[in-house]
Amino acid sequence: MAKHPVSLTVNGDEHDLLIEPRKTLLAVLRDTIGLTGTKEGCSTGDCGACTVIVEGKAVTSCMVLGVTAAGKEITTIEGLASDGALHPVQRAFIETGGYQCGFCTPGFIIAAKALLDENPARTEEEFRHALGGNICRCTGYTKILEAVMQAAEEIRTTA
Amino acid sequence: MKSFEFFEPTTLAEASRMFTQEHAQLLAGGTDLIIGMKAYTETPQAVISLQKIPGLAGIATDADNGITIGAMTKAREVELSEDIQQHHTALAEGAAEIGSIQIRNLATIGGNIAHASPAADTVAGLLVADAQVDIASAGGERTVPIEALFTGPGQTVLAPGEIITAFRLPRATAGSHYIKHKIREVMDLAFIGVAAAVDMDDATITDARIGLAAVAPTPIRAIEAENLLKGNSLSDVLLAEAGEAAAAACSPISDLRCSAEHRRQMVDVLTRRTVQEAVARA
Ligand code: FES
Ligand code: FES
Repeated sequence: MAKHPVSLTVNGDEHDLLIEPRKTLLAVLRDTIGLTGTKEGCSTGDCGACTVIVEGKAVTSCMVLGVTAAGKEITTIEGLASDGALHPVQRAFIETGGYQCGFCTPGFIIAAKALLDENPARTEEEFRHALGGNICRCTGYTKILEAVMQAAEEIRTTA
Repeated sequence: MKSFEFFEPTTLAEASRMFTQEHAQLLAGGTDLIIGMKAYTETPQAVISLQKIPGLAGIATDADNGITIGAMTKAREVELSEDIQQHHTALAEGAAEIGSIQIRNLATIGGNIAHASPAADTVAGLLVADAQVDIASAGGERTVPIEALFTGPGQTVLAPGEIITAFRLPRATAGSHYIKHKIREVMDLAFIGVAAAVDMDDATITDARIGLAAVAPTPIRAIEAENLLKGNSLSDVLLAEAGEAAAAACSPISDLRCSAEHRRQMVDVLTRRTVQEAVARA
């Protein structure tokens, strides 16, 4: 089937691509652009490993057709650090040990970043609920929530 | 996923004409369609995206607190809309029950309804809001009350080429509530969904609407239960009667989620709870 010309901005860089309509945004990011930080877990919207930010909103990129992302701004895990400085959520995950195998981590970090941008003044219970679309099979979530709460605290006090 | 031609029309008329072709599918948020295509349960030859058609997304409130929700409005926006939270609480609560935030940032209310799952999370709230569904096609426009939209699981009265454009909620309800019976806190499908909305004059229930999801081949209103409530004030006896009437109105199936008998009993229980809460909020 005919490929479509698609221009999109990923982490500030513009990409002009030719993509097949059936390619998901996740596949475009990983296979076409080569940004493999975003992970494919279930590919059915259930695990959150593929979470990226599109136009300021966290979405599961396995449920988005790449062609529909044309003209949009996308942020992936590779785009969170600025000038070599990690984002507070990234740092908090490292400091608290909020990961084991790390497969779910990019998705958790991106989802948490979107939540913190929206409102860092959530309770732990609220963060727990809001991160319900992200699954981790290693950690038991305790350290992940610790990391998110630590980042929230930092963002609140430095804002 | 099978290959398909992708179209992004910029007018409804164009989209409608494309959609009259065989093997064409509309793409709204994609959270049902793309999963279906990956599973090969959906194999469209043409996918028609609605995202470039202006005017299909957004929530507008008029002077009489009537609310119009564009079909392409994201579930997350419905959930967070202050007007919907205040005047149609059950609908905001229903939208908040869909998947995860990441999914609600994609999924649209139009897609949730057009997919016609009897278990759709926004449907009970739309039923008790007396929602009118605006439908457009190349041939013209028409409006259908939400309870007349569905004909069976996955089936609607929509003809080839017809596209849902908006949901109109004609007036504010004084108090409403939605309960989704489920196992997981998030990312679960409804075993059953029950919504109730009431209008009150002091302690008297002047109007009552009860919407039931996932307990019949289509979402339904529990009219007998509503009639029992109207003109009366709340009591345990009245609640028990209404719960029983609602349970009698449904024709649930047994499936891997739970048995028909459990569904029927839970309709009774959750009707009592939703009505009680709707009255408390009014
Ligand atoms: S890979 Fe997208 S949600 Fe699991
Ligand atoms: S750290 Fe292994 S899945 Fe989360």
